[in-house]
Amino acid sequence: MAYYQNIFTQVQVRADAPHPGVPVPGMKRTSWATFSHLLGRIGNAQIGPIYLGYLGTLSLVFGFIAFEIIGLNMWASVNWDPVQFVRQLPWLALEPPKPQYGIKIFPPLSEGGWWLFAGFFLTSSVLLWWWRMYRRARALGLGTHTAWAFLSAIWLYLVLGFIRPLLMGSWSEAVPFGIFPHLDWTAAFSIRYGNLFYNPFHMLSIAFLYGSALLFAMHGATILAVGRFGGEREIEQIIDRGTASERAALFWRWTMGFNATMESIHRWAWWFAVLCPLSGGIGILLTGTVVDNWYLWGVLHGIAPEYPHVFAPVVDPALTTGGAP
Amino acid sequence: MRLAFSLLGIVVATLLTVAMLFTPGWVRPPIISTQTGYRGTGQEQLISAQNKRILEAANALPAPIDKASPSGERATSAYKNVKVLTDLSTDEFNRLMVAITQWVSPDQGCGYCHTDDLADDGVYTKIVSRRMIAMTRDINKEWTSHVGDVGVTCYTCHRGQPVPKNVWYENPGARHAGGMAAHNYGFGHPSTSNGTTALPVDPFTPHLLGDDNIRVVGKTALPTTRGASIQQTEQSYALMMHMSQALGVNCTFCHNSRAFLDWSQSAPQRTAAWNGLQMMRELNAVYLETLKPLYPANRLGPLGDSPKANCGTCHQGVSKPLYGQSMLQDFPELGGKAAP
Repeated sequence: MAYYQNIFTQVQVRADAPHPGVPVPGMKRTSWATFSHLLGRIGNAQIGPIYLGYLGTLSLVFGFIAFEIIGLNMWASVNWDPVQFVRQLPWLALEPPKPQYGIKIFPPLSEGGWWLFAGFFLTSSVLLWWWRMYRRARALGLGTHTAWAFLSAIWLYLVLGFIRPLLMGSWSEAVPFGIFPHLDWTAAFSIRYGNLFYNPFHMLSIAFLYGSALLFAMHGATILAVGRFGGEREIEQIIDRGTASERAALFWRWTMGFNATMESIHRWAWWFAVLCPLSGGIGILLTGTVVDNWYLWGVLHGIAPEYPHVFAPVVDPALTTGGAP
Repeated sequence: MRLAFSLLGIVVATLLTVAMLFTPGWVRPPIISTQTGYRGTGQEQLISAQNKRILEAANALPAPIDKASPSGERATSAYKNVKVLTDLSTDEFNRLMVAITQWVSPDQGCGYCHTDDLADDGVYTKIVSRRMIAMTRDINKEWTSHVGDVGVTCYTCHRGQPVPKNVWYENPGARHAGGMAAHNYGFGHPSTSNGTTALPVDPFTPHLLGDDNIRVVGKTALPTTRGASIQQTEQSYALMMHMSQALGVNCTFCHNSRAFLDWSQSAPQRTAAWNGLQMMRELNAVYLETLKPLYPANRLGPLGDSPKANCGTCHQGVSKPLYGQSMLQDFPELGGKAAP
């Protein structure tokens, strides 16, 4: 009976015609919908109906503009050479303005102006998408948990690219666009501010990040493991004996003495996921604004252990011999 | 259908594997790991056995040349127009000329610098050589803080080539669309000078010709004044990537990476490296950049500057050039007195 141990959805449940969904008062929705066997293997076989609306449409338009500004500037940075554009794509950048422009709103386009435009359009796109997400949830009579979780990620994005640069008084503190450039920025940022590992909010963020992965693994594994008892119908089984739900609960009580419920595990997951960028954003916000060197801050607060010295004493030669550091 | 998926999966996995195998940057095991600092600090150096063999072969010393007596007839009386090697005997002088030919222009011979009239200063390479000899003697006398008593010879950089393999020019960055397109100040292009990162492509002009501040890390726990910008940090970072590549070492060869700034946790090599940076700035400014008017156009960089030196010029992938084998001991002609 290897029936339940599979990678793809084996049984695709589908109606004769795509279902338009529950009726929602006062709303027209697109009627377009179809079935896809391939997508049915990893999810629901019914595709659509999609509700784009004016928020979704505007969001896509703004996102496309940002994408074009970034992409065309990257292409220009290799003198419109298509081969070099593909070869160097992971390295290509759109850098923020230099420090001398501070938080000037219109620095020259070639020296960071395009970065500000791209940031404006991307931020607008993301916020419009957030609003659309909120409105879609409300229209279906759902809670707005998804929107608030998304807002947590937007918070981190805004801290990195907008709020913290404003507090520091310089766009140059913000993240460049680009695949490797934003990673190099991250490394340089940590070095400049004395090692983010000693930032307690960075620590929390990492704990929630790893915790999210652990919780997701535990929950996913649990539900798959009770699939043979219909465990994917989590909530409806919750009050019965001997069901997938009870077996899953008993499994964790046997294993570690405590179990989350079929409902509370999702609260665990939601909070871990939300707190990851939330605490991370606080950590970034404090960096440079109120703490300049996290390692030295860690020494002050007793969280940086002292290691035995194994080298002969080393003294800064600039102090004894002069010379530019 | 299921079979088709399986076959598709196998084909995709095979293609990805093949693509991965041909991705540059693979290092063949075994990797030799040497711990240098206290356990848990990650202060260790890594090299693959294969790279070690390649580097050891590349850093073998050239054939020795019989020593010459420092006494006897003076070079200044045997030859005309001797300006730097004024303290050598004729035998020493001749020996050094033979050595330089072997080290710098083995294929081109004496004629690379000299015409039939040996005193003729008409060939620009001769003027450059004279400057280089003066520089070598200056390094060996004045910069023992970096080169110790191992010292340097022409071979340290040249290795049988008239132009050392690793020289640098001011780099304006890759060709770029002009106008109002973002120019990114040299960020965002992989290069050997930035360790194939998206960091600036020319960390040398500000740091090895100019003396821009390399220290960018905050000096106090809480902010006092505005410190270095992120862009400045990335400039220093690119220089450090160069040093790391040029010496074939990790950051932790010098630093305890938990506190890059802190000297008390650093390895002693950091002091040598610091002195090396001071040395590079002086050599580039005093000896190399000033040769610019002498060079023909094909020896100059894209901005018309002369070839200059960085850490890789001597080190060539190892932390001590030529694995610390001293050729200077066999060539006292290049040590001793500084150039007048």
